[in-house]
Amino acid sequence: MSALGVQGLWKGYGRQPVLHGVDLQAPAGSLTAVLGLSGCGKTTLLRCVAGFERAERGTIVLGQRTLDDGRTFLAPERRSVGYVPQEGALFPHLDVAGNVGFGLSRGERRGETVARMLAMVGIDSLAERMPHQLSGGEQQRVALARALVRRPEALLLDEPFSSLDASLRSRVREEVTGLLREQGVTTVLVTHDQEEALSLADTVAVLRDGVIVQQGTPAELYEQPADRRLAHFLGAVNVLEASFRDGVAQTVLGPLPLREPAPGSEGEVMVRPEQLLVVPTGEASAQAAGPGLSGQVQQCRYYGHDAILQIDAAGSPLPLVARVLGEHALPAGTAVLVSARGTATPVR
Amino acid sequence: MSTLAPTGQIGGLLGQARVRGRRVPAVALVGGLLAGALVLLPLVFLVVQAQQAGWSSVWHLLDRHETAVLLWNSVRLALACTAICALLGIGAAWLVQRSDVPLRGLWAVLLVLPLGIPDFVVGFGWISIDPGLHGYPAAVMVMSLSLYPLVYLPVAGAMANLDAGLIDASRSLGLSPWRSFLRVTMRQVWPAVLGGCLLVTLALLAEYGAFEIVQYQTFTVQIFTEYKLAFDAAGACALSLVLVALSIAALGGELALSGRGRGFRGGPGARRAPARVRLGARRIPALLGLFALAGLGLGVPVGSLVYWMARGSSSTLPSTSILAATGHTAAYSAAAAALATLLAIPLSTLAIRHRTRFTILLERLAYLPMALPGLVVALGLVSFTIRYAFSLYQSSFELIVAYAILFLPLALVGVRAAMAQAPPALEEVGRSLGQRPVAVFRRITLPLIAPGLAAAFALVFISCATELTATLLLRPTGVDTLATQFWTYTTNFSYGAAAPYAGMMVLISAVPAFLLSRRMGQISRIGGRP
Repeated sequence: MSALGVQGLWKGYGRQPVLHGVDLQAPAGSLTAVLGLSGCGKTTLLRCVAGFERAERGTIVLGQRTLDDGRTFLAPERRSVGYVPQEGALFPHLDVAGNVGFGLSRGERRGETVARMLAMVGIDSLAERMPHQLSGGEQQRVALARALVRRPEALLLDEPFSSLDASLRSRVREEVTGLLREQGVTTVLVTHDQEEALSLADTVAVLRDGVIVQQGTPAELYEQPADRRLAHFLGAVNVLEASFRDGVAQTVLGPLPLREPAPGSEGEVMVRPEQLLVVPTGEASAQAAGPGLSGQVQQCRYYGHDAILQIDAAGSPLPLVARVLGEHALPAGTAVLVSARGTATPVR
Repeated sequence: MSTLAPTGQIGGLLGQARVRGRRVPAVALVGGLLAGALVLLPLVFLVVQAQQAGWSSVWHLLDRHETAVLLWNSVRLALACTAICALLGIGAAWLVQRSDVPLRGLWAVLLVLPLGIPDFVVGFGWISIDPGLHGYPAAVMVMSLSLYPLVYLPVAGAMANLDAGLIDASRSLGLSPWRSFLRVTMRQVWPAVLGGCLLVTLALLAEYGAFEIVQYQTFTVQIFTEYKLAFDAAGACALSLVLVALSIAALGGELALSGRGRGFRGGPGARRAPARVRLGARRIPALLGLFALAGLGLGVPVGSLVYWMARGSSSTLPSTSILAATGHTAAYSAAAAALATLLAIPLSTLAIRHRTRFTILLERLAYLPMALPGLVVALGLVSFTIRYAFSLYQSSFELIVAYAILFLPLALVGVRAAMAQAPPALEEVGRSLGQRPVAVFRRITLPLIAPGLAAAFALVFISCATELTATLLLRPTGVDTLATQFWTYTTNFSYGAAAPYAGMMVLISAVPAFLLSRRMGQISRIGGRP
C-alpha cells in the first residue's frame, strides 16, 4: 500500500490554465474523493496522475516513487496506477476475459488469475461476452476488474458511476467501494456528486477553479466548510447573523455554542437544516421544546424518509430551511415554533 | 526513468511536435517524415527541371491563350464531375447502408467495381459504342461513372458506423426523416464526403488516358503532348506547376469545408446500428437507379470488353504472356499497396493523435501526388535515380516506390478514417495497464484500425493494377504488366488482342474490391451490430 501525494500541480492547455497549484493527499489504502463541478479540472488532475498528461509544475509521488516532478516523468505503463475512465472504455475487439487479462503477461493470462478476478467482481459468467453485449453496470465492473487484476498501487476512477441509472448506481457503488476496501488499494475517485463523495470516501478534496479549497473527512467538510460557497455546495445551509461572546453565538434561534472560536464580536454562523427543531404552535409539545422563534411553513418538499421545510420566521431575513423526518412533515401554512440544537460554525 | 528518450529530442527539434505534454512517438515521426520526403521528391524535381529552362521561358509558356483554355477546361470539368460524383456516391451509399433496398449485398459489390476498371478502358468502352462521343459532355459522363466509387466507398463506410442514438435524438427533437438526414447523418458523414470529393477532383486533374480517348484537352493531356511530341521536359514541368497549384486549391477547399469536427464517439463498444429506412413503394425507382448506375458504370465497359474479346477470339492469344503480365501486375501492386499502407499509418497517427500545424501540413502534403500525373512522379524518380542511385533506375523497386507515392493519398483516406474512429481513451487505458506504446499499438490500435488498413491496401492495389503512365516509364526493361500490354495493343488498334488484358485487369481488381465490400460489412459489425 502506498500513499499518493500531489503537490503544487500546475497544468493548462494552451493559454487556458486548468490546474494552478493543486495539493492532494490520498493516504495509503484509503478512498479519496475529488469533488468538483464539471470543468473544474478533475479529469485533468486524474490524467496527470495517470501519466497521460505532463504536469507543468509540481510533483506527484506514489509511495517512495516520484511519478512526475518536472525533471523525471514516469510513463503511464511504469506507474502502477490503474485507471478506470468514464463509461469504462472497454476494448471493443476483445471479450470480457480478454479485456481483464489485457495487462497480464501471457502466462498469467492462461492461469486462473482472470477467472478469480471475474468471480470477485461477480461477473464470472460473462467471460466470453463482447463489450457491446454488456449492460452499463457490467461494463463498469469489467473495467474495474481489468485495472485491479494488475494489483496497482493506486487506482483512479473518473466519474465511474455517473453513466449508471439511479437504481443500479447505489448498488454498484456499494459493491465497488467494498471491493476496493477489501483490496486495500489507494483509490482516488472523481465525482461531481457531493452525496456520492460524502457517503463513499474516507477523505474528500474539493476542487474548485483549479485549486483544492479544502480536504478532510466527510464530516469535517460538511460541518466546517472552508467558506460559504463550499458550505452551500455540500448541502442546504442556514446562515444566521450572530454576535459572539464566551464561545457562544447569539442568534435569532437563541444561543448556540460555537464549534470553533470566531473572530471579532459580530458575524455570521451556519446551521444545517437537520439541526432545526420544528413543532406546530398549537401542540402541547411546544412547551416541551422550550422557547422558539415563531414562523409559518411556506413550502414542504416530501422525500419519504425525510422532508425539507421552508419557514418564514420573524427576525430572519431569509426563509429558514429545516430537515425533519418524513413522518413529521407539515403542510404549507402551518404555524410553527423553530429552535436549534447542536453547535454553530462561524462562516468565513 | 529518464524522460529524454530520442523521441523527446526529435520532438524538441521540431518545436511544435510536442502536444499537450505527450511526446510524439519516434517511429511515427520518422515514418511521417519519410513519407513526406518521398512525396516531395517528384515535386522538387518539377521545380528544378522547370528552372533549368529559365523562368522567363516558363512565363512565356504560361502566358498564352491556350493555357487559359486549358485552365477553364480543367476547372469546369472538375466542378461538374465532383458534384455529380458526390450526388451519386452519397445517394448510393445511403440506399445500400441506410435503406431496405433489395439486393444490398450485390449492390455493395457492384458499386465498388468501377474502381477496378481503368478510366481509359471506360472511355474506350463508350467510344466503341458511340464513336461520336467526344469533348466536355463525354468527359464529364465517362469520368463521373468511373470516379463516383471514390465518394461512395468512404461515405458507405461512415454510414455503416453511424450511431443510432444521434438519429433517434434528432427525430425526437422534431426533425423529419429528410431533415434528420441533412442535419445529422450528413454531418456525421461530411468528412467522408469531402475526403471522397477531394480524391475525385485530384484524380480528374491527373487523368490522361480517358481524355486522350474522348479528345478533351486538359492540363495533363497537354503536358503529355508537350513531353511526348516536343520532348520538352521543362515545358511539361512548367505546366505541371499550374496543375500542382490547382490541386493545392482543392486541398485548401477541403480543409476549409471540413471544419473542426472529429469523428469518433467516446463510448465503449456498445454502439447501436440505426434501423434501416423503409422505402415502401419507392423501392422501385431506387432499384432502377442503382441498376442504371451499375449498368452504365460497369455494364458498358465490361460489355464492350466482352464484345471485343469475342470478336478477337480468332486472333492468336499468347496465354503465357498474359499470365506473366498478370503475375507482374499482382506482385508490383501488392508490394506497393503494402508500402503505401505502411506509410499511411505514421501519417494518420501524427495527424489524428498528435495534431499540430506541422503534422497537419505533413498529412496535407501526402495528398499532393493525386494531382501529379503519373508521368511527373515517374520523371521525378527517374531524374533522382539517374543522379543519385543509378542501380535503382528502372528497377522493380523504383516502380513500387512510384506507385506507393502516387497512391499514398488513397491509403491515407482509409487509414486516417479508421484511426479517427478509434477512441484515444482505449490507448491510454492500455498504457495504464502496463503496456509500452509499441505493445499498445499492436494490441489495441492495430486491431481497431485493421478494417481501415485492409480497405487502404485494397484501394491502392486496385489503383496500381490499373496504372498506366508511370508503369510505361518505369517498368524494368522487358517486363510487361496488364496495363502496358493493353495500351500497346490499343495503340496498334488491335482491340481484340487488347481486350483480354483489360479483362484480366478488371478480374484481379475485382478480388480486392470484393474483399473491400465484405470488409465494409465487418466494420459495421465491429461497430456493434450483435
